[in-house]
Amino acid sequence: MSAFFTYAILTATIASAIQYATPFLLAALGETLGQRSGVLNLGVDGIMLMGAFSCYYVALETGSDLLGIVVGILMSVTLRAQQGISGIGVYIFGLGMSDLLFVRFVGTPLPVNPLPTVDIPLLSKIPALGRMFFQQNLLIYLAFVLVPALAFVLYHTNFGTKVLAVGENPAAADSVGINVTRTRYATVILGCSMAGLAGATLLLLDGIFQENLTQSAGFIAVALVYFGAWRPAGVMSGSLLYGVVTAVVLQWKSLGIIPTSAADLAATAPAVITILALVALAGRFKQPAALGKPYVRGA
Amino acid sequence: LLLTWLALPLSALAALLIGALLILAFGANPITGYHALLSGAFGGSYSLASTAQKAVPLLLVAVGICIAVRASAWNIGGEGQIVTGALASTATALALPNLPAFVLIPLVVVVAAAGGAFWAGIAGFFKAYFNVNEILSTIMLNLVAVQVMNYLLSGPMINKSQSFAITGSIPQTRLLSTNSWLPTIVSGTQLNLGVVVAVAVAIAGYFLLWRTGFGFRIRAVGLSRDAAAYAGIPVKRTIMSAMVLSGACCGIAGAVLVFGSISHRMVTDGSLTGFTGNDGFNGIVVALFGGLNPLWSILSAYLFGGLLVGGTSMQGVIGVPTDLVTTIEGLVVIFVVSIDYLRVRFRIQEEAQRLGQDKEGAPGGPGRPGRSMLMKLARARP
Repeated sequence: MSAFFTYAILTATIASAIQYATPFLLAALGETLGQRSGVLNLGVDGIMLMGAFSCYYVALETGSDLLGIVVGILMSVTLRAQQGISGIGVYIFGLGMSDLLFVRFVGTPLPVNPLPTVDIPLLSKIPALGRMFFQQNLLIYLAFVLVPALAFVLYHTNFGTKVLAVGENPAAADSVGINVTRTRYATVILGCSMAGLAGATLLLLDGIFQENLTQSAGFIAVALVYFGAWRPAGVMSGSLLYGVVTAVVLQWKSLGIIPTSAADLAATAPAVITILALVALAGRFKQPAALGKPYVRGA
Repeated sequence: LLLTWLALPLSALAALLIGALLILAFGANPITGYHALLSGAFGGSYSLASTAQKAVPLLLVAVGICIAVRASAWNIGGEGQIVTGALASTATALALPNLPAFVLIPLVVVVAAAGGAFWAGIAGFFKAYFNVNEILSTIMLNLVAVQVMNYLLSGPMINKSQSFAITGSIPQTRLLSTNSWLPTIVSGTQLNLGVVVAVAVAIAGYFLLWRTGFGFRIRAVGLSRDAAAYAGIPVKRTIMSAMVLSGACCGIAGAVLVFGSISHRMVTDGSLTGFTGNDGFNGIVVALFGGLNPLWSILSAYLFGGLLVGGTSMQGVIGVPTDLVTTIEGLVVIFVVSIDYLRVRFRIQEEAQRLGQDKEGAPGGPGRPGRSMLMKLARARP
């Protein structure tokens, strides 16, 4: 245990915790936006897979990660998902399709270059904190910048107000001239592009595509939205908690604090914590009133 | 009305058409492909039996899904419940290898049902009493179950007598005692007693839902929690019981996967779907395509079993990977649910026109997309 509490190990663990947290954060922020407008999109995982594959393919062919990310996002947007159980359909579709494309176009897995880390001037020189927070790649910075950005959009812009109104009472929103369908399409398309970005992030951290790359990360992201009580900051703390637990478990495994025989059991920790958190937080916060209900005029 | 009856075949047709386009994109001939699929699935008695064998776990999961979803609890945890059912029954059979077959086989089926029921019961309990979204909790429980399985099969339950010094040992149990093997019912094929069990469970599921008071309460809760509570139905207990029963069906599917397997032991490759073959998710597709009715699910399971078995032959003939089948399944779910949704929209518009009044601004929506299918099927007894 004492091997864990050293300067180098601790800072490295926190730094990787932030990396692990990022895909969850991106996907969960996108889902937050969708759910705030009343759309429960359970296809996040499938969309992440498509985003990850598209990014992988383009990066492999062109050698450009950035182009890969852009195509990954566009690909995800075309898959914009419906509600509830059809989200599971989108998930199954994405699961099959991404691997189908992988076998068709790539076949042998080759690694792509991971995104280079960008040191933020001055801040990255701070002892400990610099190593933990300011020597990461661009997508990670982007994800964390999106947290206040999404909060600003939701609470301080016209569009955000429309989103909240549609999520709480679509009929009332409709009666004052807000286009419910268009607003929901907008949030879902934005949300899906963020899920695609999350898939791309996951891929560029691993550097290689494989079947079911996400390992249900998209579903965890949906759970994190509940965990964060539909607020960007809450979602961020949930993602960070998830990242820290994952990183600590992996670090303990490599240091031998957890015996290898119990490694599989330790890997259940994030899922168990998520369930417990869902139970503990259930009912504390009000969910968007129209969540998961398709809006039909006059119904 | 025409639309109602054609909805399911139409969505299957649309999904298959898109599948054909995908095969074309692979540079292969869709007609050759689908021909290979059909003959692999339904050509000859051996194929027919393999398809039936593949359909067994799908049907068991689908019956479970029917029961849960009728109570408006979306049990996505079939995967995890299959795993816990299989683990519990395998452990039992390994501990009691000398029991005679006519005791051991019913015992493992019951234990498997209990294993699955327990796992689903956790999610059911949290849904009923803490209002935790069951889709999320069952997905999380899937992840936990798979890791527990990996731990047990590569640790406490591993076959210690295997000697693969170079490759490392495979996460699998000892060979199960022959007393626990499900007997083959058609010689020369792999078709075993599991088929009988699955069909019996489906018929029982149908009777439970439409011929018992308990089934009525399940459907009432599924249609409207508030109305059911007002009528004096114990809503929480009903949701919990529906989830437990649903998990029991999935657990039995786990037992069939172990005791009806060719290797006669429990094996995994460590991945999420290494043991289940994604049956927990495929069962959802089967149930939806079967109109959330256990009896129609028998036909639906057989068709999807054929799709999965035939997919392998298709891969052999035209080289398109079996992931195509997964893709088609995903499309079927999307289409079935979307058509159902469009139908509700269409009906409301018609009604509004007939009443000649503008209903704009009325509060609330028609509930989840799946709900309307429920309403339709609950009203007209199948």
